[in-house]
Amino acid sequence: MSRGAGDLGAGGSDYQSYYGKPVIKEPVWEPVIPVYFFTGGTAGAVASLGLAARLSGNAALARTATYVDAVAIGVSPALLIADLGRPERFLNMLRMFKATSPMSVGTWIVTFSGLATGVATSLELFGRLPRAKLAAEVAAGALGPFLSTYTAALLADTSVPAWHEARRELPFVFAGSSAASAGAACALIAAPGPARPARRLAIAGAALELAAGSVMQRRLGFLAEPYKRGRGGALATAAKTLTTAGALTMGLRGRERTGAVAAAALLLAGSLAERLAIFRAGLDSARDPRYTVVPQRQRVDQRAATAA
Amino acid sequence: MSAFTTLELGKTPLSWPESYGGEQQPRMGFFTDTSVCIGCKACEVACKEWNEVPEDGLHFSGESFDNTGSLSANSWRHVAFIEQPTRVDGAEASGGDLRWLMSSDVCKHCTHAACLDVCPTGALFRTEFGTVVVQQDVCNGCGYCVPACPFGVIGRREVEDLPEVGGEDVLGLGTTHKCTLCYDRLKDGMEPACAQACPTESIQFGPLDELRERAQERVDLLHEQGVAEADLYGESPDDGVGGFGAFFLLLDKPEVYGLPPDPIVPTRRLPEIWGAAFLAGAALAGSVLAAVAGGSQ
Repeated sequence: MSRGAGDLGAGGSDYQSYYGKPVIKEPVWEPVIPVYFFTGGTAGAVASLGLAARLSGNAALARTATYVDAVAIGVSPALLIADLGRPERFLNMLRMFKATSPMSVGTWIVTFSGLATGVATSLELFGRLPRAKLAAEVAAGALGPFLSTYTAALLADTSVPAWHEARRELPFVFAGSSAASAGAACALIAAPGPARPARRLAIAGAALELAAGSVMQRRLGFLAEPYKRGRGGALATAAKTLTTAGALTMGLRGRERTGAVAAAALLLAGSLAERLAIFRAGLDSARDPRYTVVPQRQRVDQRAATAA
Repeated sequence: MSAFTTLELGKTPLSWPESYGGEQQPRMGFFTDTSVCIGCKACEVACKEWNEVPEDGLHFSGESFDNTGSLSANSWRHVAFIEQPTRVDGAEASGGDLRWLMSSDVCKHCTHAACLDVCPTGALFRTEFGTVVVQQDVCNGCGYCVPACPFGVIGRREVEDLPEVGGEDVLGLGTTHKCTLCYDRLKDGMEPACAQACPTESIQFGPLDELRERAQERVDLLHEQGVAEADLYGESPDDGVGGFGAFFLLLDKPEVYGLPPDPIVPTRRLPEIWGAAFLAGAALAGSVLAAVAGGSQ
């Protein structure tokens, strides 16, 4: 038995634990999972951007978006399957649809998004069947926003304190980060003229990501510590810095080739760092019993005080 | 239960016990009375023997007689040892005297089980006895149940944790494992191995209703005898997981034993979680529309 020291800021009171051992289990996922959050998130936002570009008559941007989407969603299943304990059984995911399991819901979103993007990309490459291509783009574009945000629900629906208690803000961080990376990837590839909406999306996404992240940290109180300390904190600082610099560069120099390349690189790196930071912070919050015990002990003591 | 049950329109999927039709059984569970645990670890050994749970590594913790550490894929019972400068009645001991708290931890077989809720393959299911079991031939080792559990019970069996066995498939490598409440023994009308092996009846097995009554009598008796800190943990159906199928009588706060003081199943917040994901998706779609509506060139 160990007793923790007094001052936890908003976390308050001293706490007890069993030899400082974690109460909950740390996730067994490898860093390929947050990398997938990045690729899948980018794929989702870029599919929506491509569809909107198509409908607004910006064919050049729509084409770029389709190819970015194909790459981003193309690598995603490989990342997901590689992390399974029994990769050869990955199809067992498709035995059922379970609304209580964000991973089950997400598997179906990824599957249908991937199929739709595959069809759209093939028809784009071969220049065939424009109506079928549009239908596929509509499907991928409509699923896109939820492909970008379900992964936040997946993390929130665990007992990991830094994820579960961030359940209201985490999807907005993911949405913003996805918009930033999707806009950046398209601005990197498309010509400056047609890429203008992509640059706007990148900046708006970066703003949403930073704002939602700041609200999240404030509301988490002392549970925000894993986002500020250690490797999670370092990654979070890197994400904030890269994203801010990328958004500013995109706004000021995005119309120039070199400016767009620099801004896109910063934003993509920032978006990836954001997912790695959130992942890392979750692992750290699971490992330290303080984050599990203190808020629960406060609830118990408050109930006892109310009853008394 | 057939696949796609939840997609059958107009039909609400049945939950236990109705889902079993005529085959349902009374809900079975454990009452672990830690006030009589002597820390012999017969439960740990019997569980390993019966369920062919592999060795968990021969680590020496150096902290207490507990070298198992915690529940995991390869430890389905775990006896915790706590030394305190406290007398048996809870008062402070004098002259360097210590008391031992010993407690055999196990899967709680929650009424609202996070592991089962989040499992995307349906490998985790609720048996006719109301217990929660992993189907080893269905689990694909996605690992979602591991951080979902509010108690850190379930784990994935990794090859690096098993230096002795070298990757044999029969051991369920790469899938998740936990206490099955000896599902195979229950089907044959036997009690779980740990309960049968327990020499002091610290581990009691039976229908959950009976166990709850028995536990209340026991805690009342202990209070009469002056053990004021004896308290039940997980017996109330009103708690954050809807009550445990395997609950405890503890002599100190749950966190002293490494247990969460107020566990809540994360899926209880699903409406909030899905709501936020949906709103964030809508915000993303709105940003895309706004970005494109601004025009190009």
